[in-house]
Amino acid sequence: MTDSGEARQSVLEPSATTEESEAGTAPRKTEKQRGLWGEAWRDLRRRPLFIASAILIAILLVIAAFPGLFASADPNTQLLSKARQDPSGEAWFGYDHLGRDIYARVIHGARASIIVGVFSTLLAVLLGSLIGLVGGYFGGKTDSSLSRFAEIFLGLPFVLGAIVILSTFNAGIEGNPGTVRVMTQVVVTIGILAWPISMRIMRSAAITSKQQDYVKAAKALGASHGRIIFRHILPNSVAPVMVYATIALGQFIGLEATLSYLGLGLRAPVVSWGIMISDSQNYLFSAPHMLLFPAMFLVITVLAFVMLGDAVRDALDPKQS
Amino acid sequence: MSTKDEKAGGSPESRLLEVDDLHVEFRSREETAHVLNGVSYHVDAGETLAVLGESGSGKSVTAQTVMGILDTPPGHVTGGSIRYRGEEMLSATEQRRRELRGENTAMIFQDALSALNPVFTVGFQIAEQFRFRRGMSRKDAMAKAVEMLDMVQIPNAGQRVKEFPHQFSGGMRQRAMIAMSLALDPDLLIADEPTTALDVTVQAQIMDLLDELRRERDMGLVLITHDLGVVAEVADRIVVMYAGRIMEQADAHSLYSQPGHPYTEGLMESIPRLDMKGHELASIKGLPPNPSDTPPGCPFHPRCHRAEDECREKRPELHDLGAGRLSACHFAEELISRD
Repeated sequence: MTDSGEARQSVLEPSATTEESEAGTAPRKTEKQRGLWGEAWRDLRRRPLFIASAILIAILLVIAAFPGLFASADPNTQLLSKARQDPSGEAWFGYDHLGRDIYARVIHGARASIIVGVFSTLLAVLLGSLIGLVGGYFGGKTDSSLSRFAEIFLGLPFVLGAIVILSTFNAGIEGNPGTVRVMTQVVVTIGILAWPISMRIMRSAAITSKQQDYVKAAKALGASHGRIIFRHILPNSVAPVMVYATIALGQFIGLEATLSYLGLGLRAPVVSWGIMISDSQNYLFSAPHMLLFPAMFLVITVLAFVMLGDAVRDALDPKQS
Repeated sequence: MSTKDEKAGGSPESRLLEVDDLHVEFRSREETAHVLNGVSYHVDAGETLAVLGESGSGKSVTAQTVMGILDTPPGHVTGGSIRYRGEEMLSATEQRRRELRGENTAMIFQDALSALNPVFTVGFQIAEQFRFRRGMSRKDAMAKAVEMLDMVQIPNAGQRVKEFPHQFSGGMRQRAMIAMSLALDPDLLIADEPTTALDVTVQAQIMDLLDELRRERDMGLVLITHDLGVVAEVADRIVVMYAGRIMEQADAHSLYSQPGHPYTEGLMESIPRLDMKGHELASIKGLPPNPSDTPPGCPFHPRCHRAEDECREKRPELHDLGAGRLSACHFAEELISRD
């Protein structure tokens, strides 16, 4: 080498092992190599928050699938003589304004509420995230047109939008249009009116992570758009949407109640917590148990999903483990 | 020290990378910034080219344009040519360019922590190259990843491969980054300030490693830096950039012993030296020009201590000084013939 490197000569002495020596001293567990989700799962199984929420959700799902196992009374039998009776040994949660057993109704209502909550959340979040990812990643004209499109839906007041959609689709039908049909309609309506929120969340997260060097590095190594979006941007922007989804789930169960109350959503003989909560509105002071029990189940369900969402989000972030 | 840059040496076809009169603009609603104004350089196989310059001189933009990863918009390539082994890159399809990235050309970045995806283990990220570009199984790819980490001298590679980037030290991360970019055995590596974020001892190790890998693989290395000290030992040839232009090009030895441009001279003088202890450290006065409003004449003249009227009016072309040296100064001949 030449004399020209004068300024650096002292530095370039082969000072080999300052950095290396620290490695290998810490004891390391032998672990099998897993991907992102495998890694997250391994981490999840050790979190009490996850275990608690998973158990709760499992119980709720079993209730939703086999309500007959938990409540022997019929949820639609009306004993008007017992209307608005307080909880007793005979009817644990009391009777509602039409003399129906609230315990049986809460148990039987789990199915409709959970189905509507879970599926409308899935629909809204999947649709919104996908569009948000594409818009945020590609930017420019793609992004502006997708964002303007989303704003059309965002600008619709929810109740008005739902009234328009649901009454349009059921216009020619006399009486009850059928449980599966109404449930699908409610899920789709909520999904369509709510996706722009998760789209916006995902879009801004995607814009942040696409500017990170690892996206540039992935490009420099020849990764395609699809791989960059799903390998690099999605895993790094999923957390905020996950948090939103857990909040939205509870909100959507409530929205289903709003629609039922307006006579647009689910209706008798289908039982849902939303219907029960809206039924209780006029009897808030005379029979508070009519509100208390379905609301309690709703809160527990939402809580379980919020805890699950929290646990999953933490598990997906390797720095937390 | 080898001086491979004899004008005659190597026909343009045999050149690994040739950048010719590259122009890049950054356009915004209000103004157009001329970020690159005719940058030309070349790299041959097995050669280290250092690109020196202040922040904002266009060194990284040139590199990103070469790799085809410049953000467009705001960037627009408005002219020039980039040839990899004689193949024109600017007109190549995105598909073709993507094939070349990783396989033939690769790049490493200044901040390896942010250049590694935080949610995947280091091994997973290296193994990905083998899985998706070479069709290897997860297991084989992971074995290759361990091999790569070994190659960049990460001790205990078999264990470290399962760790996440944030569990690595700064130097380790840069090594992992190097391993990742060299996975598919490219023959051109662009290192964009690979040592800037590291402390000096680790800087030296990383430079030694890059130099060693370059030699072993007969790879062309473009080393972008603003640190003159870093390039002194490893660079064969040095290109000095200022305001999106090449100011000077020379082999490392001649550049250090006899700068052919006042800007290079200024850079040299602003290195702290032990034998100048107690003296005030020289610095280049002023700031680089705003790329949307470059002064007429020589872009360096407002900061140049030897600027004359000619410099304010006429832009000096990059001209040949013989022995492979180029300089864009009206007084270059004077400068290099001083004792």
